[in-house]
Amino acid sequence: MDLLQIAIIIVKIVVLTFMVVLPLVPVSVYFERRFSAVIQDRVGPNRVGIPLTLLGFKKDFHLFGLVQPIADGLKLFLKEDFTPAHVRKAFYWMAPALTVVPALITVCVVPFGSPISIFGHTEKLVIADLDIGPLFIFSVASLSVYGITLAGWSSNSKFPFIGGVRSTAQMISYEIALGLSIIPVLMYYGDLNLSTIVQQQADHGWLLLPLWGHDADHTFISKLLFWFPAAIAFLIFTISIFAETNRMPFDLPECETELVGGYHTEYSSMKFAMFFMGEYAAMVIGSALIITLFLGGWSIGFGLDAMVAKLHIGDFYYGGFIHLGCFLAKLIGFILFFILVRWTVPRFRYDQLMKLGWVVFFEAALINVFLAALIVAAPQLEKTIIGVGAVLLVIVTAAVIWVAKVSEEHPKVLRA
Amino acid sequence: MAVVKLQRPKLNFGEKIYFGALIKGFILTMTHAVKTLRGKSVGADELASSGLGVTMQFPEQRWDSHLPEYYRGAPTLVTDEQGRERCVSCQLCEFVCPPKAIKIVPSEIPSDDPWAKVEKRPLEFEIDMIRCIYCGMCEEVCPEQAIYLRKDYLITGLKRADMVHDKKKLYEIGGTRVGLVNKWNELK
Repeated sequence: MDLLQIAIIIVKIVVLTFMVVLPLVPVSVYFERRFSAVIQDRVGPNRVGIPLTLLGFKKDFHLFGLVQPIADGLKLFLKEDFTPAHVRKAFYWMAPALTVVPALITVCVVPFGSPISIFGHTEKLVIADLDIGPLFIFSVASLSVYGITLAGWSSNSKFPFIGGVRSTAQMISYEIALGLSIIPVLMYYGDLNLSTIVQQQADHGWLLLPLWGHDADHTFISKLLFWFPAAIAFLIFTISIFAETNRMPFDLPECETELVGGYHTEYSSMKFAMFFMGEYAAMVIGSALIITLFLGGWSIGFGLDAMVAKLHIGDFYYGGFIHLGCFLAKLIGFILFFILVRWTVPRFRYDQLMKLGWVVFFEAALINVFLAALIVAAPQLEKTIIGVGAVLLVIVTAAVIWVAKVSEEHPKVLRA
Repeated sequence: MAVVKLQRPKLNFGEKIYFGALIKGFILTMTHAVKTLRGKSVGADELASSGLGVTMQFPEQRWDSHLPEYYRGAPTLVTDEQGRERCVSCQLCEFVCPPKAIKIVPSEIPSDDPWAKVEKRPLEFEIDMIRCIYCGMCEEVCPEQAIYLRKDYLITGLKRADMVHDKKKLYEIGGTRVGLVNKWNELK
């Protein structure tokens, strides 16, 4: 590896992590505040802009309040960083970093755009083009639960501790469904490299919108058949990501109404801001992963991608930047969906959440794996085997639903 | 009868699956969002909204014309038609004021003054607007109809001293008030 390659990697890390993903955090905070305000018939922060009057001009420049997150950040910087006397200092200081860092590390496998080519040198718009993309994201992203748990434990007070414990339990019950739900997708593409998965979607239609790029290997019928397991996988995966990022319907670890602030009750100033940032960064990465796996990643779709990839000025193929813009547009759209969910769906009770994770999603994801396997393998199998498989699948599904139903029935009370 | 057994509602399959309720919820929130953006939220007209939700955006828009008759703003002193300051510095308001915001220094009216028979007027009359709680007891207790709560609500200052309304300022805000009982009038 020569110096140029190292320089390119460093540039990619700096640009993609600190100039693309990190700014998305304040942007999503801004959208969160404005969108929630609009949902609740309010206005939201619309004043903080460029204070030209301070420089002697007549009018301020409001910019729809877009500078508000910077003001918020500044406020958190200037607040007193208070460490209570009763905390376990080392872990208390480590915990905020442990929530932010995993979220930012996972950025490295997300493909932000199609390759950019300059002077015959092609460069992929992904920091590390790993062949185990989704697995890497799962393994690193689940580390962030250590930050929350350690924060809860090291705060050495009751509510944060309950928050930390809840976070662990929640992570364990959703991680399984999260992992199982994307197995159909990985089976369909036969690849774990996220760049390749997106490239295939660009060529043959997005997983949830397979309307173009039909050929002998990718017939319209087969894609349409696979749409059903894909949709189930999308549903389970999206809801599990909500749980994974501690977003609203599942934000039991921080749950203001029950636990004051949950795991970050004892935190102030930038240490609190780090938790905040970690939560939003996880949300950004979660949306990026969902978009990459199910909604075509950077692909514009409708067969336009090949055309965009060919755009060039001389030796400089700039299509990748258009794809980057498309990716960011999808990302912000999905973040808006996250926000809409937060302000629509009330928080689940804790037992409901556990039940949803263990009884519903785990089984549904498992059955979905078999369904997807049957559909993927169907062209190579004989009719009778497909029939037997389908019957078995129906029986297993019925059995699982029956067990879930029986377990729901309350035991008879002996004494009234 | 102490224990009332409640029958939990039986949920049908659609309700148990929960997605219908989710979709309904999305539609509800999005309707609110769209209505807000169009300035058509419920109550936007009555509340004179700025065109975004039901909110009135303060420095540009004011509630002034919507203030009710009974609105209690800043307490002020008034003069009557003859230009006489109505306060006779009886100090009742000073004594009744719950947060002790009013401070009066009484003085005598010199004998050559046309209103000499009123005998007293305030030399200094200060209301500390940081302390004032706008309860209106001063207005209620005043036997001379001299102190009134007006509709001024924007009382601001850069330091504590700015927030103390002295006699001059109080008469300036209060102005003249006509049609009051003329206890000290020659014509009576």
